[in-house]
Amino acid sequence: MLRYALKRLGSLLISLIVASLVIFFTLEVVPGDPASFMLGINAQPETLEALREELGLNATKAERYLSWVTGLVTGDLGISYTYRSPVSEIVAERLVISLPLALYALILTVVIAFPVGILAATKRGSLTDVAVMGGTQLGVAIPNFWFAMIMVLIFAINLRWFSAGGFPGWDAGFLVAIKALTVPAIALALPQASILARVMRSSLLDTLSEDYIRTSRAKGLTKRQALRRHALRNALIPVLTIIGLQLSFLLAGAIIIENVFFLPGLGRLVFQAISQRDLIVVESVVMLLVFAVIVVNFLVDLAYVWVDPRLKDRT
Amino acid sequence: MRNLVLGIALTALFVLGALVSFVWTPYDHTVLEITNKLKPPNGDHWFGTDQYGRDILSMIMVGARTSIAVAIVAVGIGIGLGVPLGLTAAAWNGSVLDEIIMRSNDLIFAFPSLLIAIMITAVYGPSAFNAIIAIGIFNIPVFARVTRGAALSLWTRDYVLAARVSGKGAARISFEHILPNLMNLLIVQGTIQFSLGILAEAALSYVGLGAQPPTPSWGRMLAESQTLFMLAPHITLFPGFAILLTVLGLNLAGDGLRDLLDPKLRRVAR
Repeated sequence: MLRYALKRLGSLLISLIVASLVIFFTLEVVPGDPASFMLGINAQPETLEALREELGLNATKAERYLSWVTGLVTGDLGISYTYRSPVSEIVAERLVISLPLALYALILTVVIAFPVGILAATKRGSLTDVAVMGGTQLGVAIPNFWFAMIMVLIFAINLRWFSAGGFPGWDAGFLVAIKALTVPAIALALPQASILARVMRSSLLDTLSEDYIRTSRAKGLTKRQALRRHALRNALIPVLTIIGLQLSFLLAGAIIIENVFFLPGLGRLVFQAISQRDLIVVESVVMLLVFAVIVVNFLVDLAYVWVDPRLKDRT
Repeated sequence: MRNLVLGIALTALFVLGALVSFVWTPYDHTVLEITNKLKPPNGDHWFGTDQYGRDILSMIMVGARTSIAVAIVAVGIGIGLGVPLGLTAAAWNGSVLDEIIMRSNDLIFAFPSLLIAIMITAVYGPSAFNAIIAIGIFNIPVFARVTRGAALSLWTRDYVLAARVSGKGAARISFEHILPNLMNLLIVQGTIQFSLGILAEAALSYVGLGAQPPTPSWGRMLAESQTLFMLAPHITLFPGFAILLTVLGLNLAGDGLRDLLDPKLRRVAR
């Protein structure tokens, strides 16, 4: 297990380094000078030069890359060109909205998808199964931001159960904050839950047709016992893979959903940063999200071995 | 089979709408008629009018062009680059080349198309073209992976062995024997990626990273409706249903095609 984990850790580090190179050098080719953007067209050449020096824009690309990466590791992401405050502070302020939103949506996804997928698989061909498959087919096809708008229309405007947007902040109390994130999280979760329920169903159907399930039934286990002791665990591998992939979609989706609900998270930050050409913020947010995706996939790889120890020998 | 027919019918409806819009739309979608704004669906304007008095049905028809064009080209990029990469990786399975291709794939998977679009837009500014590139790049590893997986199992077949014995090289076998046998799988995966492309284009346009005015796009119609849909829900409902039904149609067609072409593909595709 340890050797396997170390090997995966090695490839995790390589992925992170390559990703940081890709992000840095993609955004480095941007035309225009952040210093002149910050100071406007009437800036004195000396002031401009001083600011360029202060922002570290006069160093070579390699030096700037190294200082950026060192900053990433130490948590010093530099100074935002437009906010004039440390990027790490701005990002941290926004992250406390986007990350809980994505995690909340992930929990909802799993909580909805598992029972629904298991129900459909165990009642294969029944009316329930047909309804689940039809419903998930719709769920997969719905654009989540549109679904969010429809939910606002129904639950915020007509029924007045929730506010139509905005975020009171975690200081307002945990429950108040969670309530503000509930509709956005449902909107994010529904399409992903539909996908996951379908994967759960088909994976479980595959394992339920295996010989060892028949054997366990022959030994006298009830259908439910066979399902719980043997089928579910073996069906989890493809399900875990999809959950890992989904977290990246949830993080990216959170950026979009934040727009519908006017949530001041990473999404709004990054779109503002793009329009203001505040590249250091864009770089940091993109790197943060890519980092999250790579780390999650690493954890999923480790979880495989936990779920199915046979996989260890194959590595 | 029922799914396939329904899926193809829905898809055909939107493709037809897009094609017809080149020669005819109920109204000119660029003409603003402020006196007629936010009218609910009626006899003259079947889907109503938007905040500038434009006919929503006409805009949806023209918007279908953008969605379909972006998705087609993005799938084309995915197939054009992903399939050769997947074939190469399978032909030289276990080699350094295979390793490099597959690890690069993993890396691209860490960049959801939205992030690629954010990066491209930060550099070159927003446009439909950038949306195509962003979605296209994300499609490459999808096709590479599917192709490699299926090609690996084909390489163990007797007819491939026969071709090797007759002296054909790996590249020639890949194109003459492996690729034709992958066509069904690629058609199915292409349909799925096409529908994902339509969803991604809508999302990118919605946040302003896709098609720019005056190019009509379903995603941007939704973005523009955002502050007004409480007063006039129809301006949100129709573009949303257009996306939903197109994607649903493509998914149903994809599932139907998979069952029709080869029921066993279900396993391979995963």
